[in-house]
Amino acid sequence: MRRLFNLSFRYKVPLWGSVLIVVAALTVSAALMAQAYDDLRNDLLTSSAGLARTLAKNLFPVMLNDEVWRAYEIIRAPLHGEQADDLIQPEMILALDQQQKVFVTTQPNGVPMLADVRQLGAEYAQLAERIAAPATSDAAAVELSGAHKIYVAVPISDDGERVGTVVIVHSKDKFLPRFRSKALRATLTGLLVLALLLPINWYWGQRMAIPVVQLARSIGKVAQGRPAEAFSTAYPYQDELGQLFEVYGMMVKALHDKKLMEQEMIRSERLAAIGRLSAGLAHEINNPLGGMLIALSNLKRRGGHDERTLKTVAMIERGLAQIKDSVSAMLVEAKVKSRNFGPQDVEDVHTLLSGEAHKRPVEINIDSDLVTSLALPANLVRQILMNLLLNAIQAAEEYSTVRCTMRQSTERLSIETENTGPPIPEEVMSHLFEPFASGRENGHGLGLWITYQIVSQLGGQVAAESHDGLTRFSISLPAGENI
Amino acid sequence: MKNLIAVVLAVLAVICIAPANAVEEPTTPLRIGLTPTFPNDQYRALEEWRRYLEQRLQRKVEFIRRDSYIEAMDLLRLQKVDFAWICDYPFVFFKDQVRLLAVPLYHGRPYYQSYLIVPAQDSQTTSIAQLKNRVFAYADPYSNTGYLTPRFELQQLGESPAHFFSKTFFTWGHRKTVEAVAAGLAQGGAVSSHVWDTLAKVKPELTAATRIVSKSPEYGFPPFVARATISDAEFNAMQRALLAMSQDEFGRRLLGGLNLDGFVAGDPHFYDRVDQMIRAYGKP
Repeated sequence: MRRLFNLSFRYKVPLWGSVLIVVAALTVSAALMAQAYDDLRNDLLTSSAGLARTLAKNLFPVMLNDEVWRAYEIIRAPLHGEQADDLIQPEMILALDQQQKVFVTTQPNGVPMLADVRQLGAEYAQLAERIAAPATSDAAAVELSGAHKIYVAVPISDDGERVGTVVIVHSKDKFLPRFRSKALRATLTGLLVLALLLPINWYWGQRMAIPVVQLARSIGKVAQGRPAEAFSTAYPYQDELGQLFEVYGMMVKALHDKKLMEQEMIRSERLAAIGRLSAGLAHEINNPLGGMLIALSNLKRRGGHDERTLKTVAMIERGLAQIKDSVSAMLVEAKVKSRNFGPQDVEDVHTLLSGEAHKRPVEINIDSDLVTSLALPANLVRQILMNLLLNAIQAAEEYSTVRCTMRQSTERLSIETENTGPPIPEEVMSHLFEPFASGRENGHGLGLWITYQIVSQLGGQVAAESHDGLTRFSISLPAGENI
Repeated sequence: MKNLIAVVLAVLAVICIAPANAVEEPTTPLRIGLTPTFPNDQYRALEEWRRYLEQRLQRKVEFIRRDSYIEAMDLLRLQKVDFAWICDYPFVFFKDQVRLLAVPLYHGRPYYQSYLIVPAQDSQTTSIAQLKNRVFAYADPYSNTGYLTPRFELQQLGESPAHFFSKTFFTWGHRKTVEAVAAGLAQGGAVSSHVWDTLAKVKPELTAATRIVSKSPEYGFPPFVARATISDAEFNAMQRALLAMSQDEFGRRLLGGLNLDGFVAGDPHFYDRVDQMIRAYGKP
């Protein structure tokens, strides 16, 4: 039984529906059959009682005169119809005298004349008892429970004087075939209804169950920590199931956002750590480096060195200078005082990059609504713009357009660069803003790192996305007006 | 005015006289009473016979059917019928009040018998003595073969006919007695051999449901009688018509339908045996 209840809704819903339909069909059929049986029986009793009354009226004078043959002719008359399937045709008619003895019968061979009716069997004994009971009405169908026959008994009396009883006996076997044919018809109708309803029910059941099953499976996946799936077959209705789907969608989205946020947090923490590390490292390197460079400068100034020594010193100087460059590149110093960033800077950047763009060749399209200067350090914002656009130019397909959109609002400056071309691989994407993360051969791999450092130090956000052949960097910087 | 009265009187006279003439016309039909001495339910055959007699007698003939012999006898004695075909028992019983007209010939002889019959299922019974405390069907209290004979036999056996059977009833016809026994309503019955034999021809399935246990001695066949007051002319004309039936083709066919061979004038001595039985047994 439990296994039955554990079945999938896909089977349980149509199965229960089918059970209900079958039960309903059976109940209705049974009720109809019972009704048909009752109707048949009532028809029979009504007509039989009428016949019995007529016979009783005719039998009264005949029995009073002890005319057995006349009585026989009277009770025999209704049996001459000889139609085998005539429902109303009695099986036997009896006339009993006052002592409950058979006065005459249509079946003298089975029920002999003068026989005491009480000796003819249990049913007749019961019948005799009922007949002997004081008559309340002039006609009565005698109901014997569990009897194989139906008895209709009417007193033969006139003006209160009773000379006997006429009993009409109907065999139940006779209306069984009739009832059977009615029952068969009811059954066929029931089967037809079932044949019609069951497939419809099955279809509806499946339709109702499939979304639930899908939902259950998806929630199961989520619970197991596997990626939640969005539904291809959305459930378009606003019932409870629809609400469930909506809530499920919201839950999936929240989980997704949460995961993204976690990743973002990890990434920014990592970047901050790297930043701290690199800044500390740069300071540690810069101090001795400065000392070394001064020492070398003093050494050259003293003179008296041979050619070979001078050459070596120059080589060391160049190496140290390169280290200084690299270290200062990593050590982004946002606190340097600078003028405000203005529309002129945008044009400068455009001009500076046009040569580079020409080489690829790509077109640069800068769309800026900047009309006044902003309280942002111009050199840093220019560096951001340069870095992003240079990256874009290098990544863009030939003869494509690199777009840059700048929007100024009361509190923010938003910059967006876009280029077409192969997307940034997934593994690069997760370490995009870390130093030396780019997969490119040329460039020192610090452009985006520097951009990230500048944006973070200015209190802004930077985001990158790359899909469908389009790579986009979005930057948002907090800005006041004209400090 | 006088002339007018005379005309009115004349017209009234004519109107009154005309119906009187119609009533006095000598075409009163001959009325013949019939009883269940034979299987008298063949309406078509009887109608043909009636027309035949009308043609022979040149007179209107009416058949008046009665189920009981005593009723037919009453009609005779009250002169409501002129002739009647009655049983031999009432003939002997009332012989001073009727005239013997003709006796039918059955198997060429004016005699018949009483058959004691039982249902065909009853293969045990060989005599009426074995039917004690059974239900017995009589034809008519004025029937010889259907009443007097079995009661006489019982008396000869030293039994009391009134208490021998558990129940008896009258069927008012030999044919009905056969039906009652065939149906099992009665366990025994006594019938005219003529009726049983005729039924065996026309309705063999009915007689097949019965079995003849014994046959009585021969009695004079149920006769045609005339009321005592009948005129000789009418008596002779009717007697001639009946006796002549066997002499023409159509008459023979009618006799065949009645399962008879012809008629003879008859003799009251034919009925001596019934007379003896009545004397021995007493009045019914």
